[in-house]
Amino acid sequence: MIRSVPRSRLFDSLYLAYLVAFFVYLALPLLVTAAFAFNDSPFPSLPWQGFTLDWYLADGSAGRTGLFHDDGLLGALWVSVQIAFWVTLASVALGCVNAVLFERLQFRGKEFLYLLMLLPLVIPGVILGVSILVFYSGMANDVSRLWGLELDVFRPGMTLVVMGQVTFITTLATLVIGARLRKFDPQLEEAALNLGATPLVAWFTVTLPWLMPSIFGAAAMAFLMSFENFNTTVMLTGSDTPLTVALFNRLREGSTPVLNAVALFLMVVSALLALLTMRQSQGR
Amino acid sequence: MTSSAAGRLSLWLLLTPFVLWILLLVLVPHLQMLRVSFQVRESWDSLSWGLDQYQNFFSEAYYWRTFVRTGVMSLFTTFLTLLIAFPIAWYIAKMARGRAKGILFLACLIPFWASELVRTYGWMILLRESGLFSAWLQALGWVDGPVEMLYNDVAVIVGLVYNGLLFMVVPLVTTLDGMDENLVEAGYDLGGGHATVLREIVVPWAMPGVVSGCIVVFMLTLGSYLTPVLMGGKDSAWFTEQIFTQFITRFNWEQGAALGVLLLFLSSLMVWLGLKLSGQSLRKVMG
Amino acid sequence: MTTASDLSCHGLVRRFGRQSAVDHISLDVPAGTFFSILGPSGCGKTTLLRLLAGFDKPDAGDIHIRGQRMNDVPPNRRPVNMVFQHLALFPTMSVGDNIAYGLKRRKVASAERNKRVAKVLEQVGLPGLEHRNPQELSGGQRQRVALARCLVLEPTLLLLDEPLGALDLKLREQMKIELKHLQKQFGTTFVYITHDQSEAMVMSDQVAVMKNGRFDQVAPPEDLYREPATPFVAGFVGDNNQLVGEVVSVRDNLAEIRLEDGEVVRGRVASGGVKAGGRAELYVRPESLVLTGDALNEGYSAMQARVRTTLFDGANSRVEAAKGDQPVYARLPQDGSAPRLTTDGIIRLAWDPMLARVFAAGNP
Repeated sequence: MIRSVPRSRLFDSLYLAYLVAFFVYLALPLLVTAAFAFNDSPFPSLPWQGFTLDWYLADGSAGRTGLFHDDGLLGALWVSVQIAFWVTLASVALGCVNAVLFERLQFRGKEFLYLLMLLPLVIPGVILGVSILVFYSGMANDVSRLWGLELDVFRPGMTLVVMGQVTFITTLATLVIGARLRKFDPQLEEAALNLGATPLVAWFTVTLPWLMPSIFGAAAMAFLMSFENFNTTVMLTGSDTPLTVALFNRLREGSTPVLNAVALFLMVVSALLALLTMRQSQGR
Repeated sequence: MTSSAAGRLSLWLLLTPFVLWILLLVLVPHLQMLRVSFQVRESWDSLSWGLDQYQNFFSEAYYWRTFVRTGVMSLFTTFLTLLIAFPIAWYIAKMARGRAKGILFLACLIPFWASELVRTYGWMILLRESGLFSAWLQALGWVDGPVEMLYNDVAVIVGLVYNGLLFMVVPLVTTLDGMDENLVEAGYDLGGGHATVLREIVVPWAMPGVVSGCIVVFMLTLGSYLTPVLMGGKDSAWFTEQIFTQFITRFNWEQGAALGVLLLFLSSLMVWLGLKLSGQSLRKVMG
Repeated sequence: MTTASDLSCHGLVRRFGRQSAVDHISLDVPAGTFFSILGPSGCGKTTLLRLLAGFDKPDAGDIHIRGQRMNDVPPNRRPVNMVFQHLALFPTMSVGDNIAYGLKRRKVASAERNKRVAKVLEQVGLPGLEHRNPQELSGGQRQRVALARCLVLEPTLLLLDEPLGALDLKLREQMKIELKHLQKQFGTTFVYITHDQSEAMVMSDQVAVMKNGRFDQVAPPEDLYREPATPFVAGFVGDNNQLVGEVVSVRDNLAEIRLEDGEVVRGRVASGGVKAGGRAELYVRPESLVLTGDALNEGYSAMQARVRTTLFDGANSRVEAAKGDQPVYARLPQDGSAPRLTTDGIIRLAWDPMLARVFAAGNP
């Protein structure tokens, strides 16, 4: 059923209909969510009451509080940004080191360690969160009980969330950067040495520029994954809730168009970030 | 690089962060979770070893029924996702050309710029009693009053399949893209029909992509929390929900840890089975 | 150690496990010459080159460049530059940045750097291409950029690792000649490794034929062709016919050899150990063979062979004949004066015994 194999008209039109249905299925929930961010009604449902920007801009004086005046959501957004920043930093740095380790060095037990590296991908996110909670928070409890020391960093909170997310995002970053490094011709480094560069200079002037697109890609991916993560985060979060958890709590109380506004805002930011990364990698 | 001493030094420098990460964030916490699951709390500061948590799991029908239900529904979702995604991946990899190909591929990715929560929320707006589908059906005159389409198993599966599609389409497109079309042409040329060519040539070739997609989708579905909780009804419990309940609302870490170990066991078993049955290796499928 | 030689190696050994990739090699390359190392793949020539560049360390032996011992000098400190097999142009840099890379490492000031980059680009025939991306260039242009990147540093020694291998045939012919001119123009000592004997012959002042980690012969191209020192060189450099038989007699440096079918042929003794009763290999080049009727030149050796087919290739047209089950090729006269050859017809091939070379056969 490739292009060169003859097909019937009916088959072609059925296939096309299926494609259209598929993309409608993909797009519909997002389009609907985005549209109701501008509906001038206190509920995100039909009928359409007219266009408004209240769900972004309203300052609470008319009984509506828009996203940009909602301190709870803005605070949660800020928490999420901080978490995503640290997760990106840590997992991309670890990813670089791991990529070099697995793509460029030969050592005993490498196959086994590589499998260990892949492990976080096949562990459900909830379990990653639970295990880190049990170990670190349990440790903080024990230390407090036995010696009266308070290890607050290991209590549920931002540090634990960052740790939990780094666990699996590092694997993804390693795979992205490693795939690029695999395509690197090690002769380029030898050429640099041959032209008078020390090994360190060769790394920074030849290898690192080659990896740069994948490092940007991995960073964008890490940031998005961290920002959107719920399953691991929800187990580890403390009083400073990140955005996804805050949204979840709001949603349980009942939906308002402010949630749509936040959702659209997130989609636009993610789309911009993704476009930027693609531009970056195409530029190379 | 030239001397072996420098080589050893750089190996250790690179190995240290990896070992710290894998030990402190993966291995040790999971071993601790396993340990805690065998601890029985006798009073607030005394513990003993035992299988109480696991006995609870088997004696309380609610636990193991949810467990089985979650596993079966995850399998079904994975299979459904594969069925839906394969024709799409085939079209993108083998039928579309030039710009159309890139655009269609991107179109598959776009929904995933939104988080699972946003996606689920979108479905809630569509399916609930006051939702769009209900309103449209009424407007068309097909139904008399509002229809509740949320809070049932079908809704949960619609949402779960939606969440898994990207992770199925991408590996499928990647492997199918690498397939030489001459293989298919040769298949027809040597007298194969549609079904034979699909079974003997296309599917074996796409196997690494199929396995990789299925593993990821199964994992995501099994471990998902938001979709079943928000879209499922009162009695459509999901296993992650029970783990969450033990940890967050009941503070029963021992029981939660045991349920976590069981979930991890189920997912590892399914991944292992999937790899064994298809003759693939984790490295080939994931790395 | 003479000061006139740019590179001299003594007793170089490099082992991988029990295998010696480089096995006691000594060589001397005079300043300003084009030196080629010719050998089949796996003969150890790349290993030798990596030893010279410093990417690998010899297990024994010394490397001296302009009289300086290089064994413990890291690759980035050696006055040696290398054109890699796949060129290894940095894909993240422009042509100009590629060429300036070595100058930057030497902390040459930016203005001076730009001047020298422009100059060397002009010298290799690519003026004004500084800002292009190497991927946009043609194969031949990339080749020249790789050369310019090395030559701008004015190295004592330039190593070239089969750099023409990736080019198509036409371009390769052209680049061969160009490389030779560039070498003369810059006066840099070139050490060139290749498995293509034509490249080595056309460009070099001296060629070393390498086999199993050793040099079989080091000589100017013409000597290599006319006076091969070993059966391997005779067979590897240029086309050659090999005939095997038993030595009947050795007289005045001429050996008579009885072939399998009883015919006796003659050739010049080229190695020790050729004595009556022993086995020997006789090598005679296709262009040395003449198709004769009955008229035989004075002193020529001759034999009969059965025609298999003729191979028309312009000036290089040949006849393929069989002597026993051994194929024999003879050059056809270019003026078309050859007799009509029919398949399975018997022809007589004759040659001047002085142009044929006889080696004692190793193990039969």
